[in-house]
Formats: sequence, structure tokens, C-alpha cells
Amino acid sequence: MTPLLGRSLVLVSLLLAGAGAVTAFAAGRSRSAVLWMWTRRLIYGFAAAMGAANLLMITALLRHDFSVGYVAHVGSRLVPDWVSVVSLWSSLEGSILFWGLVLGAYLAAATHAQRDAPLESAPYSAGVWMVCAAFFALLIAGPAQPFNTVSPVPADGPGPNPLLQNHVLMIIHPPCLYLGYVGMTIPFGLACGALLSGRLGRDQLLALRRWLLLPWIFLTMAIVLGGWWAYEVLGWGGYWAWDPVENASFMPWLTATAALHSALLTERRGVLKGWTTTLVLATFLLTILGTFMTRSGVFNSVHSFTQSAIGPTILVFLSAALLFSVGLLAARIDRLSADEGLGPAMTREGMFLVNNLLFVLFTFTVLIGTVFPLVVEALRDLQMSVGRPFFDRMSVPIGVSLLFLLGVGPALPWGRSSPAEMRRALLPPLASGLVLLAVGLVMGVRAYWTLAALACGGYAAHVTLVELVRPLRQRFARGEAFARAASDGLLGRARRRTGGYVAHAGFTLIVIGIAVSSTMGESREVVLRQGESVAVGRYQLTFLGLEEKSEPHRQATVANVAVYQGERNLGTMTPRMNRYAAMREPVGTPTVRTTLREDLYLSIMNADPEKQTLGLLVRVNPMVVWLWIATGIMALGGVMALIPRRRPVVATVSASVPVAPPGAAAAS
Amino acid sequence: MSGGEQVLIPPVARAKKRGRWFLIGALAVAASAFALITAGGIGKNLVYYWGPTELHAAGDKAVGATIRLGGLVAPGSLKNNSGASGLEFDVIDRQGGRVHVRSTSVPPQMFREKIGVVVEGTMTRDGWFESNRLMVSHSNEYRVPSEDARVDVQKLIKSTDGLEPEKAAKP
Repeated sequence: MTPLLGRSLVLVSLLLAGAGAVTAFAAGRSRSAVLWMWTRRLIYGFAAAMGAANLLMITALLRHDFSVGYVAHVGSRLVPDWVSVVSLWSSLEGSILFWGLVLGAYLAAATHAQRDAPLESAPYSAGVWMVCAAFFALLIAGPAQPFNTVSPVPADGPGPNPLLQNHVLMIIHPPCLYLGYVGMTIPFGLACGALLSGRLGRDQLLALRRWLLLPWIFLTMAIVLGGWWAYEVLGWGGYWAWDPVENASFMPWLTATAALHSALLTERRGVLKGWTTTLVLATFLLTILGTFMTRSGVFNSVHSFTQSAIGPTILVFLSAALLFSVGLLAARIDRLSADEGLGPAMTREGMFLVNNLLFVLFTFTVLIGTVFPLVVEALRDLQMSVGRPFFDRMSVPIGVSLLFLLGVGPALPWGRSSPAEMRRALLPPLASGLVLLAVGLVMGVRAYWTLAALACGGYAAHVTLVELVRPLRQRFARGEAFARAASDGLLGRARRRTGGYVAHAGFTLIVIGIAVSSTMGESREVVLRQGESVAVGRYQLTFLGLEEKSEPHRQATVANVAVYQGERNLGTMTPRMNRYAAMREPVGTPTVRTTLREDLYLSIMNADPEKQTLGLLVRVNPMVVWLWIATGIMALGGVMALIPRRRPVVATVSASVPVAPPGAAAAS
Repeated sequence: MSGGEQVLIPPVARAKKRGRWFLIGALAVAASAFALITAGGIGKNLVYYWGPTELHAAGDKAVGATIRLGGLVAPGSLKNNSGASGLEFDVIDRQGGRVHVRSTSVPPQMFREKIGVVVEGTMTRDGWFESNRLMVSHSNEYRVPSEDARVDVQKLIKSTDGLEPEKAAKP
């Protein structure tokens, strides 16, 4: 019964999406308000059907209804309820179904926001969205059908991949990633709508920027949460490995970030309209490429889902989307003409351009390194991969240059300025750069690129802080009270500006954190017998012994390791090796002792309970916690920039109500 | 933009045009430099996925190159030196190739004879494969790989793509 209902819901959503695409394009051509209204209803219908299908699947997972194919594939009576819910996105078919849910929610929200938009482009955007929706509904109905009927109904299932049960981050990371990935469909549709109608006006640009910023926030968090999860669960001691799957999430982030910056320039100066839309289109294409890479089995990585027939289907969609985008750009980009020229290079505008160039360069580097092995294998049947040193060698200079720009760009005034003005803007932050450089040297940093990152980071931090408090200082100078100045100067009209600089502060911290943690750490692999000790960094570790633990859904071998720092007892750390019934292979789970200064990271490589020996990976990773903190800061900055301005109050104020305070009026 | 009179436009336009050519030239130079650096970077950092037979066929090319060698730990070949050199074992494939491996890394829990392994390292002149990274491959189904010599080496190595010592599933 449940499988049949589920399949029907998926079919209904496919029909609604198809019909919505047709009415949307018809509405775009005829500019008919009635057709546009029906399009909106069809979109809401699609969202509702997808929501219902997902609800049905979650219910089936919670009730252990093994007549449903997907539940029989990933469900288990042994796992806790939260794991059952998480199972929705733990495997291929469910993850595509979840994709449908997220897409439906985004489409409904964006459609609602666009309901009063001019009819010349909004229906076209909706049409592009609905074509994407129809494709994913088709994917769910066909090659990734989760609602297969299973007979005979099994008594129990294997449960989801144990690595996904190993850490609670698995609850947050995948939804975040989908909210980022899927959300890029919205700006793609908006950009296509602008190109199809041949106009990118101010209102469209604002919508584009906002709908780009929202998934960008989620993608930013998702990428770092993925790294955090890898760090806390996988046990090799790092957070980033330039794995194809990681690259798949990183590339659209790079182009989206570039687009956010160029959109700012478009908004301010009316330039780079075609470039901004190109970046938005590329972002969407990269998310589809990423989906293809993780779900087709071409990268037979342990990161990705099992091989399946959906790879070719996604590849066809990717090719079609690529052809459509290139064709559309070629045909229409000249319509989005610039209002004025760009002006000289040593201005803030110029720095925006260099920033964009660097982001695109970064994207190309990662893309080439990721796709190169595929091309070689297809052409010459040779198997290989591009090693991590390539990515490191390429990305370190680009990353440090970006940080350098992040300091110099905002320091430079808009438009042409005199040499004296330039000196006044660029010289003072050098002091902070030198201070941080000196601190690094004193702390023992010798790696050139880390020192460069520190110097640029100090410079950038100085500029960012000055820019953050500038409106406050101006308001103080005019004699405003602190609370007033803070609420108006930082949060009111200037919220977007403040959000941008908060995000910059987060980025600065991340680059410094990456530079320090990747060059200043210590790593040792040791084999310890019971009672033996080893010293790593400032810590002395003593292996106390192994114990067996039995939990409902797993068995565990737990190592007790006493940690001392000099005379101070820091307690016992307990890295473990979990064994799940469904698999013969044990899964190591590291433990991390986190402080603001550094992490002490213990991971079991092998453990022999009979001989009481322990093969242990010990790492001291400095400053890692700052990566997670900085990501929170970046996301906060994004949210601040996203919150819409208050609507004009003047028009609605009736005579009896006191006149709105000047701040509110200014905010409109 | 105050000088918007007709007379002023031609020189501005010419300067604009010159600026554009300059920009295109600069971009072309930057793009080719980037392409060169990238090509060189990729060429130097390739990781070859080879089985024992292919490793031998590569001859001198294998010395110094980064290689992921995949195969089966030969029965009876495993020696666990507690000294500095760590583990010694032979990796074999179904074509009868055999490579002596010295590994300095602490082996993962599942490591034993007759199991499919992937070792990353390089070939030395004296015929040893020196490795500092030893991986027992996780298949996508998270089961231990096949235990007979008919293991598909390429598939085995591919299954460790992106695998840092003990790395696995992430959607």
C-alpha cells in the first residue's frame, strides 16, 4: 500500500512539474496573468506532492515498513529513531527524494516572493525551475525510485551505513548541503529569466543576489560541516583531502562567491551584467556536475553513493543544461549592456575584477584536477588520480592572494583617487600585518606561505575592523548615543554592508586557521603496549588498556589513554573501534580534545584486546576550532546581509500615529 | 563624466579601445601562464594506479613516481618487524606479478594475509616498493574486498580514491 501511494505521489509531482513548465513558458510568451497564476498553483502543488512523498518515506522508515524498497535497503529495527529519520538522505534513492523536497520548498518560497514580479521575466524563471523540477521528479520516478514494492517483505534490514550513524553532525551536514546545492536552482532560473527577457533590472538583480546569498550561506556551512564531520569521524586527522566529492561542493561555492561580488558591482555601477549571469549559470552547472560525480560511480570513491543507472541520466541533463546556458548566453548577453565603463584598475572596482578573476582561476584549477583523471581514463584507459600536492600547490597562492585582496580591496576608495588618498588608505593597515607576522615568527612559524597568510590576514583584519566601525565613528562624531549609533550604523540601513564585512572577518580567520593548522601540527603513529607512554607536542599519553563495550546497535573496543600536560592531569581520552552487525569491518572513531589553541587528536589504527596492544595515530592540530568558529561568523555575516530592509513605512502611517523615527524613514 | 561634449568622445573612445586590447592581452598572458603552471603541476603530481604486473612493465618509470599499488597480500609473505622498517609483505595479482613492499605505517585493523590492499609509495632502485601509507580498501558496500587472487586490481585501487588512511562515506 505504502509503495503504491509513494509512487503515485512521485508521478503526480512529475505531472505537476511538467504542466507547470508548459504554463510558465506560455505565461512568459503571452504575459498572461491568468497563466502565471496557474503556474504558481502548479508549483505549490509540486512542492506539496514532494513534501507528502517525503513524509510518507519518513513514516515508513520510522515504522520499519520493509515492504518499501528503500526501507528494506537502509532501514533496521536496531537503530535509534533519529538514525531512521537520517536514513532518508543516507543512501542514493532517498537522497534524491530529499532533493525533491528541498527543491519543492525553494520553488514555493521563490515563487511566492516573485508573485508580483513583472510578467516579462518571472514566468520564464519559473519555467526553468519547473524543467529542473520535472527532471528530478523523473529521476525519482524512474532510475532512483525509492518506493519499489518488496516481496516477500523482509523481517529486518541492514541499517544505514555505519559511518553515518557514528556522529550527530550527519543530521545537519547533508540537509545543509542540499539546501546549498538545490538552492542554486533558484538564481539559475532568475538569471535565465533575465536572459530570456533580455533585461536585468535593479529589482531582478536584488532578487538574484538574495536568492544566491541564501543557498550560499548553507553551502558555506555545509562544506565546513563536511570537513568537521570527516575530522571527527574518519580518523585520519585532517578535515580536507581534495577528494573529488569535496571538490564537487567547493567549485559551486567559488563561483557563487564570485557572483555575489560581481553582483554588488553590477548593482552599484550597472556593469558586468553578462558576467554576473554567466557566473550564476556556471554555479548551477557545477552543482549538477557535482551531483553527477557523486552519484554516477565514476569516482568510485568511498565518499560517494553506489553505482547506478542514474549517472547517465544526470549526464544527459547536465549536457542539456550546458548547451542551453551557452546558447542562451551567446544569443542574449549583448542585450545586458553595461551602463558605463569600468574605470581605472587601482580602485575598489578594479579589485572586484581581480577578485572575480582569482575565484574563476581557483574554480578552473579544482575542475581540471578533478576531471583530468576521468578524461585520461576515457581517452587512454589509464587509471590515475591527481595527487594532493597539485591542489595544495595551486590553491595556497590563490587563497593567500584572495586574502591579500580582501585587505586591499575594501581599503581602496570607490572611483579614482589621488596618490595621497591612496597612501592614507593603504599604509596604516600594514602595521597590523607586520604585527601578526611578528607574532607568527615568535610562535615559531617558518613556512613562507603561512607567514604570508599571517601578514595578509593581519592587514585584512585591520581593514575589515576599520570598515566595520566606520559608521559608528561617524555617528559618534555627530554626537549620537551608542545604542542609537550601533542599531542604525551597523544593523539598520547598513546591514548589508556590515554583513559583508562580518563575512570577510570570518574568511580571514578561516584562511589563517587553515594556514596554521596545516603547517604547524604534529603527527605520530605509535604502537603502545599496556602501560606504555609516548610524548607528542606538549602532551604525555599513557595507554591504560582496552575494554569491550556492548551497545544496542554496535559493539565497541574502547582504548583508555591518560593524558598529561607536564604535571597536570587532563583526564582520560577514549578513542574507539565500533563494530556493527551488518558489516565485518570495524569503524574507528577518534576522540578530539579541543581547546582554543589546539586540538589533541587520537585515532585507533588497530587494537588487539588479547595482547592489549594499540596502534594509535596521535596528532596535535593547532587552531582547528577557529575554522568552525569562523564559519559561524561567515554564515552570520551572510544572514545579516540577507535580512530584507524594512518596507517603507511612510505611506502606511495614518495621521493619528506619531511620525516614524528618522532612522526608520532612512531605512526604507 | 562632466566632459560629455561631442568633441571629447573620440579620444576617450580610442583610449577605451586601447585599454580593452591591453586587457585582452594581459588576460591572454595570464591564461597561458596559468595553463602552463597547471599542466606542469598535474604532470608532476599524478598518482598512478597500478597492479604488480603493470608496475613491473613500467620499469624505470616507476622509480620515484607516486604509485598506488593494489593487489592481494601474498599468503605467507607477511613479516612484522618491530624495528624501524615496520611491515614487509608481498603484493600479488592474478597475472602472477609480485612486488616486495616495505611499509612504515601502522596497519589498519583489518590488515592480514590474503586481503586486498592498496599501498601508496614509490619504487626504489633495489626493487623494493617503499610505502608510507597502507589502506585496506573499503568497497562501496562497506564489506571487506574479495579474498581470492581473482581480485580486480583497478577496481580495488579505485575504491580507495580520495581515501586518506581511514576515510569513508560522505554523501
